[in-house]
Parts: sequence; C-alpha cells; structure tokens
Amino acid sequence: MMDDFLTRAVIGGILLAFVCGPFGAFIVWRRMAFFGDTLAHSALLGVALGLLMGVDVRIGMIATCLAAALILAIGQRQSRLGSDTVLGMLAHSTLALGMVALAFVQGIAVDLMAYLFGDILAVNVADIWLLGLGGGLALLVLVWMWRPLLALTVSPEIAAAESIPVERLRLVFMLLMALVIGMAIKIVGVLLITALLIVPAASARFFARTPEQMAIGAALFGAASVMAGISLSWHVDSPAGPSIVISAAGLFLLVGMASPVIRRLRG
Amino acid sequence: MTAPLIEGRGLILSFGNERVLDNVTLSINAGEIMTLIGPNGAGKSTLVKTLLGLQSADQGEVIRKPGLRIGYVPQKLAIDQVLPMTVKRFLTLTRSASRGDCQKVLEQVGASHVIDSQMSSLSGGETQRVMLARTLLLRPDLLVLDEPTQGVDVTGQAELYRLIDDIRAELNCAVLMISHDLHLVMAKTDQVVCFNRHVCCSGIPETVRQHPEYRSLFGDRAADAIGIYTHAHDHEHDLAGHVVDGGDGHDHHHGHVHGPGCAHGHHHHEEEIDEKDRIWRPQ
Repeated sequence: MMDDFLTRAVIGGILLAFVCGPFGAFIVWRRMAFFGDTLAHSALLGVALGLLMGVDVRIGMIATCLAAALILAIGQRQSRLGSDTVLGMLAHSTLALGMVALAFVQGIAVDLMAYLFGDILAVNVADIWLLGLGGGLALLVLVWMWRPLLALTVSPEIAAAESIPVERLRLVFMLLMALVIGMAIKIVGVLLITALLIVPAASARFFARTPEQMAIGAALFGAASVMAGISLSWHVDSPAGPSIVISAAGLFLLVGMASPVIRRLRG
Repeated sequence: MTAPLIEGRGLILSFGNERVLDNVTLSINAGEIMTLIGPNGAGKSTLVKTLLGLQSADQGEVIRKPGLRIGYVPQKLAIDQVLPMTVKRFLTLTRSASRGDCQKVLEQVGASHVIDSQMSSLSGGETQRVMLARTLLLRPDLLVLDEPTQGVDVTGQAELYRLIDDIRAELNCAVLMISHDLHLVMAKTDQVVCFNRHVCCSGIPETVRQHPEYRSLFGDRAADAIGIYTHAHDHEHDLAGHVVDGGDGHDHHHGHVHGPGCAHGHHHHEEEIDEKDRIWRPQ
C-alpha cells in the first residue's frame, strides 16, 4: 500500500496536519506566525549545509531550524531592537545565505521549487517514519506541557506567580516548533508552512469555545485541507503544496461565511 | 517564631536611570493582611512583581518559604479574543478541578451564572469575581491582589472587598494587596505599608494614617477621608460577625479633624459610608 505515491502523500500530509493543528493554535494565540516563518526560511540554509557536508538534508533542515530558534530565544532577550526586526533580519539573511550556499553545491541539481513550495507527492517511507516518530514526539511533549503553557499564554504573570517555569517553557515550545517546521518543509515548503500552521487554526476559531476544541479543530481542518489539496492537484494537475494552502484558505472563507448563519440557527 | 512566607531584603531596582525600588525590605507572615498603598508610579506593582519573582531585582534577595503556594490576581486580565476560553476552563488554568467544584466557588463569589460564558464577554466586576473564584480553587498560602477593584463602581468595590475578606476567612491565608482605595482597605488590614519607591512608613492603619510621611504623600484630605471611613465603624464585630458595641475607646467620631481649606463635602462622604458600611458588615 505504501508503494503508491498518492497513498504516501495522503498519509504524510494527514500526519503533518495532526501535528500542525495544536502547534498552529498556540502560534495563533501567542502571535508567533512571523517566528514560524523565520524558522522556515532558515531551513533553506539547512538544505545547502546538508548537501555541502554530505548529511541527509532533512537532518540539515531540522538542525538549522533548531539553531535559529535558539538564536531567536537569545535575541529576544534584548529590547533595543523590536522582535519583528530581529525576526526579519534572521529570516532574510538565512534565506539569502541558503541561496548563496546552494550555488556552491556542485554536481547536484537542486530542485529549489521543491524546497520553497514543498513536494508532497515525493514523500517516501523514511519521511513518513520521520513524521510519525518526530511529530508524535513533539505532540507528546506539547500535550505534557499543555496546561502550564496555556497558563503562560493567558497570563505570564499568573503563570510565573504560581510557580510555572515560564522561561523554560517558552524555550521548549520554540524548540518543538523548530522540530515540527523542520520536518514539514519537505511537504509544504519553506514559503507555505506557516499557512498550514495558522490557517486551519484560524478556521477552528469560529467554532471553538475552549482552547482544546480549537486545537483539535485545527488538526481536523488541516487534514481536510490536505485531502482537498491533494485531490485538487490530482484532478487539475496543479502543484500540490500550493493546492493544500489554497484549500485551507478556501475552507477558512467558507467557514467564516457560514459561521454567522450557524450562530443564528443555534439561537 | 516561624519564618515569613515571603521576604524581600534590601531590594534595589532601576529602570534606566530611574530607581524604582530603593533598598526595600519587607516581609509577610502567615495569615497576615498587608496592604500596600502609594501614589501612581510609586512602584507598588513592581515591588509585588519582584517579590513574586516576575521581575528580578538588581540587588537584594527575595526569600520564599519552600513550597509556598501563591494565588495571584493581576491588576487586569485581558484574554485575547483569539483565544477561546470559557470561565470553567479559566478556573482550571493552573490546576485541574471538577465542574462541581468550579460551580461551588463561582456560587461563593456570586457568579455561578457565568460558568459557560466566554471570559471575553464578562464585565470588569465579573472578571474580578472569576479571578477570585480561581484562587479559592487554588487554596493558596498567600493571596496577592493587585488593585483588585480597578474599573469597578463604588458599590461593587465594597462588595469585592467583602468577598476578599470572606475568602481570606475561608482559606486562612495571608493577603498582600495593592490598593489606592483608601476609604475601603484600611479597616480590615493588619499592616499598611505606605510605599513610594521605598517604605515610607508601615504599621497598623491608625499609626500610618497619622504618620507625617503618609500625610505628605496623600495630603491631609486623604488622611481625613480614612478618618471619615473609620469613624463610620463605631461598632465592632465579635467572632461570629455580630455587631457589638465598641467599648475600648475607639471613638472615631472625634478622631478626625478637618484641616483648613478642606473642601470635601462631608455629607456626601457620609452617604457613601453608609452605603459601604451596610454592605461591608458581615451578614
């Protein structure tokens, strides 16, 4: 069954959507969309480093994402520059550095488009294992720290006063995000991963009454977007990654337009 | 002598060139009610944040009793619209509790009807009540309240202070409260700390009220205002909360004198006091 590239794409995509749902919800709540974007941009440098050093590019991507998260965690401690400035600088300098480094990779034709926009139809069995184990691990840690992380998101003051290790949680969450983004690039690409994180979460906001409902809703909307995107790609032969993002955005618009009606019907 | 719950020793903190905490030493003992008063910008919130460990001091140390459980009610809580949050879910923010327990504490604060409401739809007073209900679930050793009645009308304020009093009685915890509602806080306080970047004076309410530094900070008018409030309490409560005659020379009727040029309308205050006193008195 895993021989079929379409089946592998669907399995990989849905696994990713389930991991991205809860993380995406936190990214939306904590207003970290640009942070996620920056990590994704740095992944291209990881591709180049992986190729130059002869390591698996997936390891290269995850490693640079983790390194970028650490740099940002330190960079955000200073207050002379706004955090958006720090993020912007790191995002674009790592992207540029990645492009330059790729130019030095000799003898290998690098499919740049595949890294920028993802290539879900090329997902192989190793990718699925990586997503299943790595993504599962990230989700497990997130669930384990769910209550304190949510308390920190609602009010850092309450959390810290009530003995929650605020700084450590922030750092662990950033590193988990880096791990998820590093794994996701292969499927939706550097430029689209943020969309897969935040759009399903935004759709789920229309229905959710608790944070948990929103996180689960985001996973379901994400999975639906993946399915819709892959079938769109199959039927009209469109690029798969962008098709998934278009589906997610379309779903958001639909849900957004339907929600006032649904609310009225509920009374 | 048991160790204090929390103690700050020689705390010094500057923001830029401005010294916000100037060699502050302060401690709160178990069961004690301490009220921190001071003008705007005096660094009251900063002091509390430093004691709680939300802000680190440049110099000095904060000693917490090991295992100390703190319940914190911030000055205001703005839960982002983007985060869906029912009252029930908020009550279990840092500690889990059953729906029945949530319902019970909400009833205690008179807000049981909001259990399934979104936090973002609550009024200022309801939000404060829900935050107080949350501390009831936490059962803290120390309850920290940062201007707990901000944005609540006068009647609501008296009601909130009565609630805080009830909660303290139930939990038997210490209370550290920042307030500038001078009229209301002092009657129930063991220790008032008058604070303006350093501890100006501290002691039981009556002592602080007469302290020259307090008068210079708040003006004679404010000092009198407290006098007016206390003089409304021409009775005392026994342990069961019943009113008994005040027989120990607490004759507040003659306890305050209007300074020259004192322009506040006396009858207006009396009206206010009657109202507060009615609500304040334990049922």
